[in-house]
Amino acid sequence: MKWIAAALLAALLVALPFFAGDFYVNLASQILIAAIFALSLNLLVGYGGMTSLGHASYLGVAAYISALMTSRYGWGHGPAALLSILGTTAMAAFFGLIALRASGLGFLMITLALSQVLWGLAYRISDVTNGDNGIAGLTRPMPFGFSIDSAASFYWFALIVAWFAFLMMTVFVSSSFGSSLKGVRDQPRRMAALGFNPWMIRWITFIYAGFWGGIAGLLYVYYNKYIHPTSLSTTSSAEALLGVIAGGSGTPGGPVVGAALVLLLKNYVSAYLERWNMLLGLVFLFIVLVMPNGIVPGLSRLLRRGSR
Amino acid sequence: MTPVTSNHALELIGLKKAFGGLVVTQNISLAIRPGERRLIIGPNGAGKTTLFNQISGDMRPNAGQIKLFGTDVTSFAPYQRAHLGLSRTYQIITLFSGDTLEHNVTLGLLGLRPSRWQMWRPLSFYGDLATEARRTLDAVGLLHLADHPVSDIAYGEKRRVELAMAMAQKPRVLLLDEPLAGLSDTERSTVKSLIAAIPRETAVIMIEHDMDTALDLAETVTLLNYGRVIVDGDRDSVIADERTREVYLGV
Repeated sequence: MKWIAAALLAALLVALPFFAGDFYVNLASQILIAAIFALSLNLLVGYGGMTSLGHASYLGVAAYISALMTSRYGWGHGPAALLSILGTTAMAAFFGLIALRASGLGFLMITLALSQVLWGLAYRISDVTNGDNGIAGLTRPMPFGFSIDSAASFYWFALIVAWFAFLMMTVFVSSSFGSSLKGVRDQPRRMAALGFNPWMIRWITFIYAGFWGGIAGLLYVYYNKYIHPTSLSTTSSAEALLGVIAGGSGTPGGPVVGAALVLLLKNYVSAYLERWNMLLGLVFLFIVLVMPNGIVPGLSRLLRRGSR
Repeated sequence: MTPVTSNHALELIGLKKAFGGLVVTQNISLAIRPGERRLIIGPNGAGKTTLFNQISGDMRPNAGQIKLFGTDVTSFAPYQRAHLGLSRTYQIITLFSGDTLEHNVTLGLLGLRPSRWQMWRPLSFYGDLATEARRTLDAVGLLHLADHPVSDIAYGEKRRVELAMAMAQKPRVLLLDEPLAGLSDTERSTVKSLIAAIPRETAVIMIEHDMDTALDLAETVTLLNYGRVIVDGDRDSVIADERTREVYLGV
């Protein structure tokens, strides 16, 4: 039953461009990117108990590195992508050293502050980043010689990356290491007494989350062909965090659902309402009141109750 | 970290711990032989748990030294001490309540294995871990509950899971912090026989208020009061000591 549902969903996702128009295909691509991003944040928030308000740093920096290298310095997409991911991952390692000196609210504030620094830099060093104008006129890469310029081809490209990301992160949390991570979230003192190194476990997770945040950032800049400091803003981090919490933090599917919800609200409602953020707020209020653990755990509980 | 040979499993030398002006551990020196059964007694607030927390590394002493099998571990993190063969249980039950009993014990096994760093292989693929976890649960008589989450089981059973997690690590020094606390008479005798069955390679240091049960398990006894060692020695001689009666038995 479960497998049939999964196979149907997979077939539907792959076949989407055959029955949906470009607008919807593009929307789906954006959801896939937001989903990877939310999944990477979920490693910290859901499985690590480390609530970060600065995850946009990794998305933004990866996007900026790729944009700068390809447009300003004339690098090819391959080396630019490599540098972008390496740079973002190294930055996560460095930020982790700073942020993991604290936990809870302190951790949240440090991640927020660090991302604000980057956001400010993106605005201020306009010689490099073009400041508020952003960097426009970017191109998409040609992975293995295939053009991903059309809506459908980009969507399939994003789907492959998203599927791989989902797989890698799901295996990560169900692995021995993932069990250690959840253990450190629930009982750090006991875990240390059992021989686990809580700090190292958190740090490695922080770096891994930064890596996947960077992958999302690359897709993001490929999709938009444009990058602006807003991508590094707290709003960008907070939207992802809302998605994770609304969808269900600490579940494999929750962040995907939550990210889709945020994007759909943003795209649909903003066409009719100027203050779409208000509606977003109301929707989240509703979710938090009715399904405090998020949509996915909430719905699966409803289903279980229904089948009994 | 070169292993130094030593006659003692655990040595405490002049351990001191103070919280502000309140001195909780004053100049405690103890030596425990491999395989020894040591009972630590003392009134509430005597500094027993604080002493355990220093041995396990949860707290740093202000002064003094802790040696595990001759290695000075005073500045070691708790997890490093675990890898030298130290394991402990908690007075307040500290389990992973949402996870199954099997998973709890598996974490105990995993803590000392290099595979705890493995990120690309689901934990469920490690059949040997599951087998061993179940064997350990069987040893404490909880195999039938292996697939239940800890939150579903009774308090007395949780005490046994605490023990199983520590036992799974096959420690060389085991600290038991009130393993009988809050148990009924039947559960008490169950846990008592479990402790009695701990292999002789393991030195057991136990804090316990239930003297009737604990004294049967102990070979040596240390009496603490106000953070000091008052009496220390063979069980019978400590019981017979006048200071013990004075401090603890209230005679």
